Amino acid sequence: MRELALIVAVLAAFLCAPWLTDSGVVLNFLIMVLFATLLGQAWNILGGYGGQFSFGHAAFFGTGAYAMAVLQTVFAVNPWLALPLAILCGVLVALVIGVLSFRYGLRGSYFALVTLAFAEVLRILANTFDFTGAGVGLQLPLREAAGNMQFADKTGYLYLVLSFVAFGLMLSWWLRHSRYGAWLSAVRDNEASALALGIDALRVKLAAIMLSAALMAAAGAFYLQYFHYIDPHIAYGPAISIEALVGAIVGGLGSVFGPLLGALVLHLLGEATRNLMGDLPGISLVVYGVVLVLIVMFIPRGLSGLFGRRA
Amino acid sequence: MLSILFPSLLNGVATGAIYALIALGLTLIYGVLHIVNFAHGAALMVALYGVYFLFTAWHVDPYLALPIMIVAMFCFGYGLQRFVIGRASHGKDEYILLVTLGIAIILENLALALFRSDTHSIDTAYTLATVDVFGALIALPKLIAFFGALAVSSALLLLIGRTQLGRAIRAVAREKQGARVVGIDVEHIYAMSFGIGMACLGAAACFLLPAYYVNPLVGNGFVLIAFTIVVLGGMGSFAGALIGGLIVGVVESLGGLWLGESLGQIGIFVIFIAVLLFRPQGLFGQKGA
Amino acid sequence: MKPAILEARNLAISFGGLKAVADVSLTVAAGSLTALIGPNGAGKSTLFAMISGFLAPDAGTVHFDGRLLSGLPPYAICRLGLARTFQIVQPFAAQTVRENIAVGSHLHEPRRRQALALADAVAERLGLAGELDKPAGSLTTAGRKRLELARALATRPRLLLLDEVLAGLNPQEVAGMIPVIRGICDEGVTVLMIEHVMQAVMNLAEDIWVLANGCLIAHGGPQQVTRDGAVIEAYLGKGMAARLAALDEPDAPGAPGKSDGAAHD
Repeated sequence: MRELALIVAVLAAFLCAPWLTDSGVVLNFLIMVLFATLLGQAWNILGGYGGQFSFGHAAFFGTGAYAMAVLQTVFAVNPWLALPLAILCGVLVALVIGVLSFRYGLRGSYFALVTLAFAEVLRILANTFDFTGAGVGLQLPLREAAGNMQFADKTGYLYLVLSFVAFGLMLSWWLRHSRYGAWLSAVRDNEASALALGIDALRVKLAAIMLSAALMAAAGAFYLQYFHYIDPHIAYGPAISIEALVGAIVGGLGSVFGPLLGALVLHLLGEATRNLMGDLPGISLVVYGVVLVLIVMFIPRGLSGLFGRRA
Repeated sequence: MLSILFPSLLNGVATGAIYALIALGLTLIYGVLHIVNFAHGAALMVALYGVYFLFTAWHVDPYLALPIMIVAMFCFGYGLQRFVIGRASHGKDEYILLVTLGIAIILENLALALFRSDTHSIDTAYTLATVDVFGALIALPKLIAFFGALAVSSALLLLIGRTQLGRAIRAVAREKQGARVVGIDVEHIYAMSFGIGMACLGAAACFLLPAYYVNPLVGNGFVLIAFTIVVLGGMGSFAGALIGGLIVGVVESLGGLWLGESLGQIGIFVIFIAVLLFRPQGLFGQKGA
Repeated sequence: MKPAILEARNLAISFGGLKAVADVSLTVAAGSLTALIGPNGAGKSTLFAMISGFLAPDAGTVHFDGRLLSGLPPYAICRLGLARTFQIVQPFAAQTVRENIAVGSHLHEPRRRQALALADAVAERLGLAGELDKPAGSLTTAGRKRLELARALATRPRLLLLDEVLAGLNPQEVAGMIPVIRGICDEGVTVLMIEHVMQAVMNLAEDIWVLANGCLIAHGGPQQVTRDGAVIEAYLGKGMAARLAALDEPDAPGAPGKSDGAAHD
């Protein structure tokens, strides 16, 4: 119950932020932290609770973003209706990748590599076909209205991404207190034992990759609405996969608040580095890489591991 | 038809030889340390920049830079394994993979911050020279790369097969505990193998740059290609890496011919996924994943 | 004769041309405590793996409670009420003892709180009540063996396959486990156990199957099996049966009631 109270407190704090400041810079920082949290939460479901490390989570992110863009620009679907459809598309991609990889027993490094390859295939496809705008990408026409999921000020976007993160927090909490979560951890820790105890490991893993993809696709949809633009490199390139993975691992695998903690620490470090060294391209990713290596070397349980057991 | 097919095939074989050399380094590291080195592409990028700066700053010809790059990359790899990767494993595959991923991220973005995203190539007297091979014109640097890659690969096979060091490496690869018992310094052999794997990249960079280019993200393209080759040939198999390299080179070249530049790359990934799913031990390996 | 709850017919499997199990047929009577014994490498664990769905036999069938198990995956077999333990214990090391057992009790109990309560009850029965909050990885060998048993028991099986739950325990710990296993059987769970600790087998089992080199060589009650020439030869080597008979020692190896009855190979 203390965890639930903490979830409510954290959400309330973010909810109040727009009353405390109207600085666009601060709000933008909070939005980007929440966006990174969402990516980390998504990765944490499959990687943290499920123990399946994916290097290609951009496959779901990009699919969500592109589905959202194509539905709006080509089929003139309202974004609020396009959102669930975009999430569904991400989940379907996850189902295909999951069935293929898990059915043939891929795990560990092999699973990581095959997910990366799937993301690359999608990137090449998005780069080739006209309806995804090929290499140029897709631009969302600017029509600011809440009914069009385009907000006049940052508060609207903050609340939109916050609602996704809230869902992610609840999902994460549920995984720690439910039969499905227990099954998922069992499959992660020892698949043979899980099978012997009556757990259909394949289905459990499939459900995990689909849940994970749903959050990832929601993040992709949010990205499109916030920046009004998507191209193959942003959608399916390695940057998003890395951000998702590093945030989750730095924060602590299989923990409820880990992704939020990881995203906050990484973005603060990124800001600090930019202030210190100037806005060099890639410098914040250098920080991510250094933090990832240091965390894996010295505190593999992640930052939240420092505050008690799997908090 | 044949008039386009043959040069394309020839180009594919030449590129494939370079790929094979890159993959040899990866498969050596996998075979001995049983780790998937995700930083392989980024390390190649570092080597390419090395060759590039040797040429532009000190006018060292890429082919003359060969011994320098081999030694430099060997030292880089030895240190990396000894002081970073080896200390972070905690006995879990995934952690090693994450550390090598972290190293790849650091190297790539450091290059991006230092050298910006501009693409560089070098201009030598022979850059544009071509040679007539049975009626097909092929770039001279590519031809040199083909024979150079074969020569370095042969040297590597001799090193592993015929020397004291090679014997120790094979012993560690086969039976780590046993090797330790007979007095082999396993940590040292691990670092040596990693260093040799990186040295292959140093050599590959020297042959590659005159016919290619360098930018901070150039390694990305090679990582999956190298993994495809290694998986295709069977993780840890040298012969497999050589043949796999040639196959992938040809597939890429022909894929580009038929599907166009952009979609052409897809063939490699499809092979990669298919092999991982349906034949994880590779085409030539006996047992694997 | 009680009806058979498990019936294996003509099971066979080979690995790379090597016959691990050849044409084995055995039955386990409902409610019984049956043992499967045999020297190392006899194929006992392989037989368990085929019964529990972890290995697909090359030939033969398994019926559980009259139902054909062929082709069913392990989890489906467990759901039918046939649970197993592993010879090399496989705990979820990072999770607590309570969480480990709850994975088993979740099979028939979707609610978390209730599953955890059931886990507590099972732990109580197996003498693990004091360890509930410890991570499974921190348990002693004896503790892990109990946990392995507890998890399987929490799935509420009707037939329990125990693969050497006594191996690696000291005589005191073995003595502590014997009543636990007896208790499980008394509550109506049929038990088929692979065991090397002869003292326990002689104490517990009413029915014994003996496997050697992938073939069944004997079947019967404890007294019957220990006098069987083929069994003695399988354990002690060729010619030993004759020599023992010549000596006519009443203290034949494996005889019940002695302090050190473990059969070594």
